[in-house]
Amino acid sequence: MSVFWAICTQHMRLAWRNGHSGLAVSFLFIAVTLLPFGIGPELKMLRALAPGLLWVVLVIALMTSLDRLFQADFEDGHLDQLMLSPLALELVVLAKLLGHYLAMVVPLLLSVPLAGLLLNSAPESLPRVWLAMLVGSPALVLLGGIGAALAVSVRRGGLLAILLSLPFYVPVMIFGTAASGREPGVLLAILGLLSLAALCTAPLAIAAALRTAQR
Amino acid sequence: MMAKPEIPAAAVRFTDAPCLEVRGLACRRGLRLLFRDLDMHLAGGQALALYGDNGSGKTSLLRQLAGLLPIEAGHVAAPACHYLGHADGLKAALTLAETLQFEAAIHGAPIGAADPQDGLLAGLGLAGRAAQPVGDLSAGQRRRLSLARLLMAPRPLWLLDEPLTALDTQGIALIDELARRHMAAGGLIVAASHVELAFATQILSLADYRSEPAV
Repeated sequence: MSVFWAICTQHMRLAWRNGHSGLAVSFLFIAVTLLPFGIGPELKMLRALAPGLLWVVLVIALMTSLDRLFQADFEDGHLDQLMLSPLALELVVLAKLLGHYLAMVVPLLLSVPLAGLLLNSAPESLPRVWLAMLVGSPALVLLGGIGAALAVSVRRGGLLAILLSLPFYVPVMIFGTAASGREPGVLLAILGLLSLAALCTAPLAIAAALRTAQR
Repeated sequence: MMAKPEIPAAAVRFTDAPCLEVRGLACRRGLRLLFRDLDMHLAGGQALALYGDNGSGKTSLLRQLAGLLPIEAGHVAAPACHYLGHADGLKAALTLAETLQFEAAIHGAPIGAADPQDGLLAGLGLAGRAAQPVGDLSAGQRRRLSLARLLMAPRPLWLLDEPLTALDTQGIALIDELARRHMAAGGLIVAASHVELAFATQILSLADYRSEPAV
């Protein structure tokens, strides 16, 4: 278990020190600052669009961080060392995904309420959006990891990772924005189901993809 | 002139008579069959120097022995191993102390193996640098640091890819001393190199196993 936490905390430490966490949060705020200028000064329209805009910005901020999951480790030989560690590769992957979630997604989630205010979100809708993001964001990281792992052997494969993750992200986006509405109920449950299903399958798929990439 | 390195003595002996057994091994990279029908037997206390031209498959063979590359044909029975490749897997943003702690954790080193850090670093010629980031080190110093994982977690088989690259005279002497100590403890070494390795007890030239160009 200590191996698991060592990998998890090291991923967080590197994400933090290399400025990836700060970059994702900056991206979120730059986007919500610019969006009202693009949409126009209609406060009502902004309020109606806010939940969807927040979701899109969150997903894009996450997507741009995908190539930091495994790419550097693959290129600098770190992945070789992780594969030779006593921990199963599936658990190594899970540790890295958890570290990525804590270092990248949690700061984004913490920023969402403030970002929502910048988009003139209705105060009563913000908690619903936030809850839906909390439930859906694990699926985003886990499914994005599959794309990142498939593209890992391609140099500068960040764009490829995003393209590969795109189809996985569409259902999460659909249920996520729907669950941010007035009556989340079963939609929130489906979103949670997506996250749990991704938790069970993604580490296996990612580990298989990383093994294949070693050839 | 640097003082003679004093590495904290590893009290480990590999008592279960580890041995490396390879029969009929072949390796394919893309369409090319690099070598085939390769046999190798290595018992405890022996070191094999692996020679061969660029592209003859030295690195691929080492990675096959480590279990990082799939085996095209044949049979490999190898004990637990350390693999030291061209890419050292070190992270520039971490300090030396953090690196050692992490390496100790993921390689399942005995508790406290990373504690006498100053002794370990001094032995590797990196005394007093525990708080420096790895990014400040030169290529040769990085290679010295990557040797630490060999010492912290005892594993019977060392797979070294061009171990002398970037090292100065003392560094080469250091590798030689570490290798001899490992062999005296009953360990095994397979090292790929272009220059003569003083500690090697056996020699294998991949040119003898070159395959005809695959069709």
